[in-house]
Amino acid sequence: MSKQSHLRDLAISESGFVFDPVTGATFTLNGTGLVILQALRAGKTRAEALKLVEAEYETEGHDAGADVDEFVLQLERHDIVARDPEGGQS
Amino acid sequence: MSRKRPLRVAVTGLNATDNPAPGVGVIRALRHHPGFDGQIVGLAYDALDSGIYAPDLADNVFLMPYPSQGLDAYEARLRYVHETVGIDVLLPTLDSELPGIIALEPKLRALGIKTFLPTQQQLDLRSKVRLTSLRESAGLRVPETAVISDASQLATVHERVPYPFYVKGAYYGAQLARGLDEALAAFHKVVAQWGLPVVVQQRIDGEEYDVVAVGDGEGGLVGAVPMKKTLLTDKGKGWAGVAVRDPELLEVTRAFMHATKWRGPCEIEAIRDRDGHYQLLEVNPRFPAWVYMSATAGENLPYAAMQLAAGEVLDPLGPYRAGTMFVRISLDQYASIDTFAALADKGELLREQHATQSFGEHEGERRSLPLVGRPQDARSQGAAR
Repeated sequence: MSKQSHLRDLAISESGFVFDPVTGATFTLNGTGLVILQALRAGKTRAEALKLVEAEYETEGHDAGADVDEFVLQLERHDIVARDPEGGQS
Repeated sequence: MSRKRPLRVAVTGLNATDNPAPGVGVIRALRHHPGFDGQIVGLAYDALDSGIYAPDLADNVFLMPYPSQGLDAYEARLRYVHETVGIDVLLPTLDSELPGIIALEPKLRALGIKTFLPTQQQLDLRSKVRLTSLRESAGLRVPETAVISDASQLATVHERVPYPFYVKGAYYGAQLARGLDEALAAFHKVVAQWGLPVVVQQRIDGEEYDVVAVGDGEGGLVGAVPMKKTLLTDKGKGWAGVAVRDPELLEVTRAFMHATKWRGPCEIEAIRDRDGHYQLLEVNPRFPAWVYMSATAGENLPYAAMQLAAGEVLDPLGPYRAGTMFVRISLDQYASIDTFAALADKGELLREQHATQSFGEHEGERRSLPLVGRPQDARSQGAAR
């Protein structure tokens, strides 16, 4: 069933170009998105991905958590990560 | 496995415009394979089929009568080609050729011309008219479809197939209709071009995927390469695409092969709907024009079809590389007017030098054409007017 996560299948370049070999879709990520995607692919949780973003980027005065949530939602829409009915990161 | 002698493979469908026939892709795939040491006999329907003019594709080219001119004429011409240059394997690539060539198969086999094609019954099973039968026999999702043979049926067809829907010819062509006026216009246009019956198919929103595949004729899948179109022409034809690897799409392909016991090449067209399910739109009973990508991706399906037709043991296939792309380009192919003249005059272009005696005699008879259209001539003609 195509609604499974494609996270492990992705081809990701160092510059942030992403190819999903299951659907044929391509994406270009900025640095923040690349950090989050690599973290999720390494099996880290959403909270751990957020910590990595905060460690790498200046986030003071900015709701980085909301940005991570929004980005993960986009990944779900593209079936790159599995949709979690309870809202958590699977 | 080495062959006793190189194979002579006849390939049809050399037209290569913005809606290209598959012949050029099939020939490129055959030539791409390191094991191919044979000769290509191009079978064309028009002296200006552009694939003729690429000198590295077909060794020899013969003009064929259209299948609509009758099976006897087609058979007689194939016999002539066989007597002139020899054909070991015939790979037809056009839908409209298949019923005739399938009917001729026993005669061709007796001549030593081998094919690897579906039976007429299998051909009928995948027709647009009967596609919905695959819901039950193969467990596949197929959009709502109705077959109509009279324009008056359009007044109520939306009760079974809701708007918007596609009005399709039995062989080719599809027009989108959002209401009765558009449906009537599409019906008459499709009928004028392709005849009756007409197929009305529900439009499914989603992303379109195509699979090139070969079935073994016993329910098994020899090989398959799925592709997502990434660029379309104004006719909706793929101009660029990328190979993908979705297990569900390959499963759709296997289910089709299993249910129909398909023998030979085909192209499966499916759409991934908003729920992530694949809906079967069409099954074309031949290779698609983009088939060369199967060879560059690592699963050379035309070569496999040639080996199956020839009765050879298959070379290992695949796995193909997802992410392999194709992008079409338009090139001007330059040639001497002699090339066109040979086809227009005699209906054949013999490029090979080591041919039969009859070829040598024929070659000796070919006359040289005077150069035409030199600038000086053109000027003098212009001045005379």
